[in-house]
Amino acid sequence: MSIEAREITKRFGSFVALDRVSLRVKAGELVALLGPSGSGKTTLLRIVAGLEFPDSGSVLLDEQETTGRSVQERGVGFVFQHYALFRHMSVFDNVAFGLTVKPRRERLPAAKIKARVHELLKLIQLDWLASHYPSQLSGGQRQRVALARALAVEPRVLLLDEPFGALDAKVRQELRRWLRRLHDEIHVTSIFVTHDQEEALEVADRVVVMNAGRIEQEGSPNDVYHEPANAFVYDFLGNFNLFHARVEDGKAYISEPVNGRPAPANGDRLAYVRPHLMNIDRQTDEPNPLSVRVKHINSAGPLVKVELATDRGDHIHVEISHERYDQLQLKKDEAVFVSPRNMKVF
Amino acid sequence: MATTALAPAALRPPAAVKVAARQDPVLVRRGLMAAGLCFLGLFLVLPLTAVFANALSGGFAAYWAAIKQPEALSAVRLTLLAALIAVPLNVVFGLAASWCIARFDFAGKQLLLTLIDVPFTVSPVISGMLFVLLFGAQGLFGGWLMDHNFKIVFAVPGIVLATVFVTFPFVARELIPSIMAVGSDEEQAALTLGASGWRTFFRITLPNIKWSLLYGVILCNARAMGEFGAVSVVSGHIRGLTNTMPLYVEILYNDYQFAPAFAIASLLAMLALVTLVAKSVVEWKSARDLAASRAEAGEYR
Repeated sequence: MSIEAREITKRFGSFVALDRVSLRVKAGELVALLGPSGSGKTTLLRIVAGLEFPDSGSVLLDEQETTGRSVQERGVGFVFQHYALFRHMSVFDNVAFGLTVKPRRERLPAAKIKARVHELLKLIQLDWLASHYPSQLSGGQRQRVALARALAVEPRVLLLDEPFGALDAKVRQELRRWLRRLHDEIHVTSIFVTHDQEEALEVADRVVVMNAGRIEQEGSPNDVYHEPANAFVYDFLGNFNLFHARVEDGKAYISEPVNGRPAPANGDRLAYVRPHLMNIDRQTDEPNPLSVRVKHINSAGPLVKVELATDRGDHIHVEISHERYDQLQLKKDEAVFVSPRNMKVF
Repeated sequence: MATTALAPAALRPPAAVKVAARQDPVLVRRGLMAAGLCFLGLFLVLPLTAVFANALSGGFAAYWAAIKQPEALSAVRLTLLAALIAVPLNVVFGLAASWCIARFDFAGKQLLLTLIDVPFTVSPVISGMLFVLLFGAQGLFGGWLMDHNFKIVFAVPGIVLATVFVTFPFVARELIPSIMAVGSDEEQAALTLGASGWRTFFRITLPNIKWSLLYGVILCNARAMGEFGAVSVVSGHIRGLTNTMPLYVEILYNDYQFAPAFAIASLLAMLALVTLVAKSVVEWKSARDLAASRAEAGEYR
């Protein structure tokens, strides 16, 4: 079922959480709302769910006007960051809750509810924990139970509010792959909110980048990562070095790094370069290499992180492969050249 | 301490450091404990023993006869009636008010909080006077009430009103922090799963705050049964009609009927003991539940 938000505005006091935001999610799509805290992504999700109501604008579920409908009427599944499991109920009762509170004429017979709950617990591979209480589960298990509970009522859309935000790095990586596989199986239209760009890029069909109550860019993970619409998106999706640059005949030439100092107003632009898109060389025929000194090397990780500094003391971060590092045999305080292989000028 | 003795002397921490860091010197500990026990004995155990000793000074038969007096039984009935009305009213009010205060921001929230505390801060006698001023013969609504042949002051309704008033804050004060601590996530989850507001309240909210609620009810009940000042002002002390147990004790005592006075007082003392035990049980159970929910909330990983 499709989800549409039209021109949604929401204020909390004088703070504008959402400023005329419009969003369309096609049936069966898995969309990530990505942004820093305070960007309005959770507010948008809660408005779609009916947990919050917009000051203006409208929400449509399945092309039907839904703005004034209560959360119970909307038939959405909602997964909370801190699980919000019912602490006084067993895992089984948690998952069964949505089925047992249905009006009498819609409610399944007890035996069918039981079968359905066990089916869901098998889906999340926690059937053996049915009689446990939430306090006895690990964080990852709790979030899976929360997901099963949301899916029990066969929601028309699934909304996840930072579902993995409270989990540690290893578990969150596991769970997000599991979520992706689950979505491929059940195809329920889903929106999930996250501030973790890696998570958004890995899991979603489409990424919507939000900032300060507005949408900055939306597109496939590939488009958003490789063709960021503006400096904010580029900034939010990864680390970068910032340089003064001038553009001549469609080509950009970088001069010195920008380090907290405001850009001079002589027609200079700003060039953004990712650390892994820079070369380190001893000799170079690049058009505009920067002469720098090696300050610090950290080779623990998939890439070797090298921190370099210009004569003026501006820092540049570069990431090179271990092969290249072995080739170069870099030493601390050695003078080298760095040059960008690729950059974005905004 | 056997393990300490076995460890080489060099590995052992210096004794003086250990004592200073972990605990106070023996003398201080013993002294504090003795002071605490003395206080407890002097102000709690001794009076309590005295009440029962005096109550039974005429023997069991006299004790039993004092309690079986129709006036005494009427006082017990009235006390129970007042508590039976006041406690449920305060539960309903306390739940509504604490839920509003804990969940919503609204104009006048601070004022409501202050108003809830008024019965705590105002002397009970003044609370009683207030009802006399409102509903007494010379009071604001006294004339109208008289015309309609409805008695509040110096009658049972006045006693109930005064009891409700002085026990007003107990349940709400107990529940506000509890509801805040539980948070609204679970309630929201229940709503998204299709549960109505009432169902969410009875199946999610109430089970989560049941121990605080029970604790509030116990305190509220103890105060309702033991209240003297406010009730005394509105009662009129009509024997067999408007005397609650505490008032009846005073009347007997003023009549130099010491043994019967202490007999009734012993009933109140027993109520206090039962309340204390119930309170401890509730505290123990809620602490256990709290530990479980802490584990639930703590492991955000």
